[in-house]
Amino acid sequence: MTGTNDPLLTVRDLSVHFPVGGSLLGPRRVVKAVDGISFDVRRGTTFGIVGESGSGKSTTALAIMRLVKISAGTVALGGTEISRLEGEALRRERHRFQMVFQDPYASLNPRKRAGDAILEALNLMDVGAPTDRPARARELFLQTGLRPEQLQLFPHQFSGGQRQRIVLARALAARPELVVCDEPVSALDVAIQAQMLNLMLRLQREFGLTYLFISHDLAVVRHLCDEVAVMYLGRIVERASREQLFARPLHPYTKALWSAAPSFDPDARSRKDRIRLQGDPPSPMAVPSGCRFAGRCPHSVDACRDQDPPLREISPGHAVACLRVDDTGQMR
Amino acid sequence: MTEASAPLLLQVQGLTVEFRTRGGLARVLDDVGFELHRGETLGVVGESGCGKSVTALALMRLIAEPPGRITKGQVCFAGRDLLQLPESEMRRVRGNRMSMIFQEPMTSLNPAYTVGDQISETVRLHQSLTRSAALQRAIEMLEAVGIPAARQRVHEYPHQFSGGMRQRVMIAMALACEPDLLIADEPTTALDTTVQAQIFDLIGELRSRTGTAVMLITHDMGAIAEMADRVVVMYAGHIVESGTVRDILQDPRHPYTKGLIACAPGRRTTVPGQPLQEIPGTVPSLLERGAGCLFADRCAQVQPLCRQSIPPLHTLQPGRQVACWMQREGAST
Repeated sequence: MTGTNDPLLTVRDLSVHFPVGGSLLGPRRVVKAVDGISFDVRRGTTFGIVGESGSGKSTTALAIMRLVKISAGTVALGGTEISRLEGEALRRERHRFQMVFQDPYASLNPRKRAGDAILEALNLMDVGAPTDRPARARELFLQTGLRPEQLQLFPHQFSGGQRQRIVLARALAARPELVVCDEPVSALDVAIQAQMLNLMLRLQREFGLTYLFISHDLAVVRHLCDEVAVMYLGRIVERASREQLFARPLHPYTKALWSAAPSFDPDARSRKDRIRLQGDPPSPMAVPSGCRFAGRCPHSVDACRDQDPPLREISPGHAVACLRVDDTGQMR
Repeated sequence: MTEASAPLLLQVQGLTVEFRTRGGLARVLDDVGFELHRGETLGVVGESGCGKSVTALALMRLIAEPPGRITKGQVCFAGRDLLQLPESEMRRVRGNRMSMIFQEPMTSLNPAYTVGDQISETVRLHQSLTRSAALQRAIEMLEAVGIPAARQRVHEYPHQFSGGMRQRVMIAMALACEPDLLIADEPTTALDTTVQAQIFDLIGELRSRTGTAVMLITHDMGAIAEMADRVVVMYAGHIVESGTVRDILQDPRHPYTKGLIACAPGRRTTVPGQPLQEIPGTVPSLLERGAGCLFADRCAQVQPLCRQSIPPLHTLQPGRQVACWMQREGAST
């Protein structure tokens, strides 16, 4: 998965703010789910967004898919500014970017045969000649490791892993350039998860797909992604290539996240270098001033609570938003 | 912290559970046996549908009957066979000597009662404490599981807690009577990575402080590596391998165990971007079972013998068992 340097997806200063309240329940407030993030995804590569609940990673995916209202910023796909398109113009571009959701049980209509779910996607996006579409559906089933005779079955006749294959087949129906995957393997058992990850890697190679991959699972992100952004409370706190990020995490949150991941080594259990964060992430409704992580950060100083740290590049391709990290990547 | 010399707390033998379904009688657990010593953590690992949760429910005698039924076996817990106890006696064991936490902390708490009410209800059910003493106990338990401002928060409702905090409340409730055994069924699956680490630390710390034995049910080998002293691997209602956590992770013998370890991304030996080792196919339906090894259809090393009869659980050395024809003496591996 080398990819090219030509970015397929360009996200600039993207913000998604949701108004809440403003009724009897209290004053109108704003949830800053995504608050000014920027990144590029190179064609043919996989860009991972990792973070915990409330970090804004799923909202980022929905905003890029134009499934939630973008409050500020731009999203461009191969030169087309999709964040500006509306109505029919947006619908005409939709075949270029498709999405796979986490829950394969909720993403398929239980009353519709698997084949019809694929045909519907082909019809809606007007892919190819109508007479060729059944053949295309069979082809998609074969490509995703399903059998063409299964096109006649209903979703409940498939296992969770097979359903996720149907969802992937449907997403690929229109030959998209970008596939946005929001926790596509999180609901699957380990053995089935490996099958699905292998399938995604194979399809990427065969069709030159570009993935935006959202996950809370570091092991999966490390396996699949060429570049990774770590999100915390609506912001990107660190962004780097997979190699840089896993070999040399710089942000205290990234370090804590890495250190919390299980190791598969029973002898590593009692190691002393573990970082244990206190408490839960603050609510995105009451984002603290200054650095959003300061309240849980073992390295925070007074300045962290006053200044909002910008994302700055420490080495080529490796950017971090932390006041305490100096220009060589050391903690001050 | 392997407590092989610690006294035996739980001995399960020949546990068999069947469910009546529209398609026929499904044997969900078949001749399951294992032991658990005081203060020990036993990991129970396998995919969905392998019988892990049913094992836990059978121990607690919480299998819905009908459609389910424990048809055979013994569950000797602190010297008594729980399967022979009258329900009134069993109620004194449940939540008191043996308690359970579930995957979904949202659905395990009653939204209409404060967490303090729910913890003190458990305590008052099993111990003759006054209302205020039980509430005091609830506060202590919330403090023990690391909930800040426990004295105020004891009066709050479940929706006022985050997911990780709710799981802490569940643990506080489960441990309020200082049980001998805590059964944790996927306790961190719904939680974030940093919160999962906090919960594991908490269970480990409480275990060493109170001597509670833990049965950790999970599909995650990483969680096993973090928590377990000994491990049983379940497949399609059978135990297919057991051993210490090092045996299982560093020298797995059953092809299923090997597959479960090899298919997980993120280990030192996996190469990013390269295909992961797969276990092809899925767990077989409980109704369509042939004569042979239940794993045969997914096994890369399958032999004609494997299709003919089910391999029994064979003891390699004390505490180390595997059910695979290829692991018998004389078989080449």
